[in-house]
Amino acid sequence: MSDLENFRVEVKDWLDKNCPATMRAGAPADTPIDEVWGGRKAVYKNPDSKLWLDRMGEKGWTMPTVPKEYGGGGLNKEEVKILNEEMFAIGARAPLLSFGIWMLAPVLLEYGNEAQKREHLPKIIKGEIRWCQGYSEPGSGSDLASLATKAEDMGDHFLVNGQKVWTSYADKADWIFALVRTGPKEPKHSGISFLLIDMENPGVSTKPITLISGKSPFCETFFDNVEVPKENLVGELNAGWTIAKKLLQHERKFISNFGLAAGMGSKKDVVSLAKKHFGEDEGKISNPIFRSKVIDHKMKEHAFGLTLQRAADEGGKASAVASMFKYYGTEHNKRRHELMVAASGVNGLAWDGNEFDDSEKNLTRAWLRTKGNSIEGGTSEVQLNVISKRVLELPSG
Amino acid sequence: MKLILNEEQNYLKETALSFVSEKTPVSHLRGLRDSDDQLCWDKEIWSEMVKLGWSGILIPEEYGGSNFGLTGMSVILQECGKTLTPSPLFASGVLGATALTKFGSEEQKQKYLSKIASGELTTALAIDENSHHNPNICELKAIKDGSNYVLNGKKIFVVDGASADIIIVVARTSGEDDDVGGLSMFLVESDSNNLKKVKLDMADSRNYANITFDNVSVDETMILGEIDMGLEPINEILDVGRIALSAEMLGSCEKAFEITIEYLKERKQFGVPIGSFQALQHRAAEMFCEIELTKSAVMAAMQGAEENSNDLQRLSSLAKSIVGETSHLVSNEAVQMHGGIGVTDEYDIGFYLKRARVAETILGNSTFHQERYANLTGF
Repeated sequence: MSDLENFRVEVKDWLDKNCPATMRAGAPADTPIDEVWGGRKAVYKNPDSKLWLDRMGEKGWTMPTVPKEYGGGGLNKEEVKILNEEMFAIGARAPLLSFGIWMLAPVLLEYGNEAQKREHLPKIIKGEIRWCQGYSEPGSGSDLASLATKAEDMGDHFLVNGQKVWTSYADKADWIFALVRTGPKEPKHSGISFLLIDMENPGVSTKPITLISGKSPFCETFFDNVEVPKENLVGELNAGWTIAKKLLQHERKFISNFGLAAGMGSKKDVVSLAKKHFGEDEGKISNPIFRSKVIDHKMKEHAFGLTLQRAADEGGKASAVASMFKYYGTEHNKRRHELMVAASGVNGLAWDGNEFDDSEKNLTRAWLRTKGNSIEGGTSEVQLNVISKRVLELPSG
Repeated sequence: MKLILNEEQNYLKETALSFVSEKTPVSHLRGLRDSDDQLCWDKEIWSEMVKLGWSGILIPEEYGGSNFGLTGMSVILQECGKTLTPSPLFASGVLGATALTKFGSEEQKQKYLSKIASGELTTALAIDENSHHNPNICELKAIKDGSNYVLNGKKIFVVDGASADIIIVVARTSGEDDDVGGLSMFLVESDSNNLKKVKLDMADSRNYANITFDNVSVDETMILGEIDMGLEPINEILDVGRIALSAEMLGSCEKAFEITIEYLKERKQFGVPIGSFQALQHRAAEMFCEIELTKSAVMAAMQGAEENSNDLQRLSSLAKSIVGETSHLVSNEAVQMHGGIGVTDEYDIGFYLKRARVAETILGNSTFHQERYANLTGF
């Protein structure tokens, strides 16, 4: 047997022994479901969620390509493919959702020093520390580089003062990676640093923001004379903007993929909703005007999915492509939810109570939540600016 | 299915780009139009294309081709689309070669395929009978008379029909007007008695004809495929044509977009390049996204054909539909963003607009393919 075939046997065997029955396809219908984000404050409805996370974290398989010395799986691309296939084959649940994995870890691998990699990567991979992102500020949205949260050099530490906003799940996170101003006299892009801050430090506080969807995935985060060790600076002093841009690409790619994936796997898609509420005529959505909108939408979705595939086949190129995916993916996701709500009629606008089922109430909130997709992580307009300038090389105004 | 080109395909594409840039810039098409050329393509250019092997790309080696596959053919057409290069490559090298390779008898293949590859003869596919492509409807009848069939009826908008030596005609051999089971194909020599061709003058200045069959008698050896073979196999030819044409249309979109972006950088108003205005930048960026999606759809259809995908009909309709829509967007925006010169005949961008619309109607426009895709998917 080849090494890869051996590896497949090992993986199958390991998953068979280590993936709990409630964490895979065929779990009892009444199994409580956790969205596992890990961290010091994590609470589990199902103890198997924690067990599954610990076992996968120990193997380093939550970030299988990261070298073993940093707690990763140390696998090559072919091995990762096998791992994914075997996990897919048994319908294994994702052991860990993590901004640490999606955003911070790639940046630490590229810009972090040896000590930072050894300190932070294993904890991200094991899900011991939950991270959040401190970028936007009340006065710095699309013009992110105007940010004002300052970190003063106090000799042996930085003293951080200021406010971040739209920090996802800050109230549940343990650490925050933040952009801070360390060069107040420098041009705005050249005075920013990338700092890692333990949120248990005195002076850090958070306050959830209630969205139009009724949920509170974002917070305001306040820094009031917070002392941060010098060793928590990633990269050079005042060189944080480069890192920030790199990280935004990871974020944009993630947001656009997430929007699409959420739509494609779901059974409650716009076609079935339209057939349910408008009725069917020989297998066709019976309202012809709505049907034509659905067709147009689904064909664009097909082409967008093929474009994600093509970008992967091409080896994933420039940053501007991330902007295209972010722009198109989030706008498409908004249109998809608008169509689902429209297809459902009154039942697509339910808020609460027992007259509507959960999927209907969830749809209303999901629809409202998508309105933020094209704002967070750089607005659609900012993405179009990036495409204009970096890809099309159109002149600045 | 990988959505990238291999080395040979990339090489073909580059060769085609340098050929059309050097030999057939848009001024070539303009020259043919202005001289009222009845062929609407150039024999010298065509013989050079043949020498490069383009006419035989879809033809098996034993009949003088290279059997290089639809992706190779499509990327050549994509580059031809960039300069709106007219030639019989689509009607003969794609539609004719595919029809004969898939359904020809050994004798027919021996007789015709090597001549298509060598450029000695060209073909055209006569299928449409109405202002909208609809292969389900066929009134042209072929009635058996001894060892012959007698054809009566009219085909319209036959691509390269004014110049083709062999017309491949879809005819009804049984059933009523919309019974798709009763369709058959015939090879008809264009100089046959009682066959009348009228060249069409279309907005894109390319070669089309209406063809009337008034008791045209063909020998039964000229049946292509089986009698009453039905629409299914005919659709295989049409899908290959739709994919190749989508690639050509994509090339035209890419070039019209490129010309427009260059113009936005050069043209100054209010003392600055107009490309610095965000109102134009965002529209340009949106076009970029739509073109990227279109590239993916066309690539998937080409590669699907190479791999005999069982989803090919849907991929073909996806490609043709999306490229049609993107052509609308890009050609209209290209004219608008050029301002006054965009609507002058002197400037090339208008040629792209005219070709975009005519090409969209060939083998089914966007709404035709949206409906087909939806029916195949169960919407």
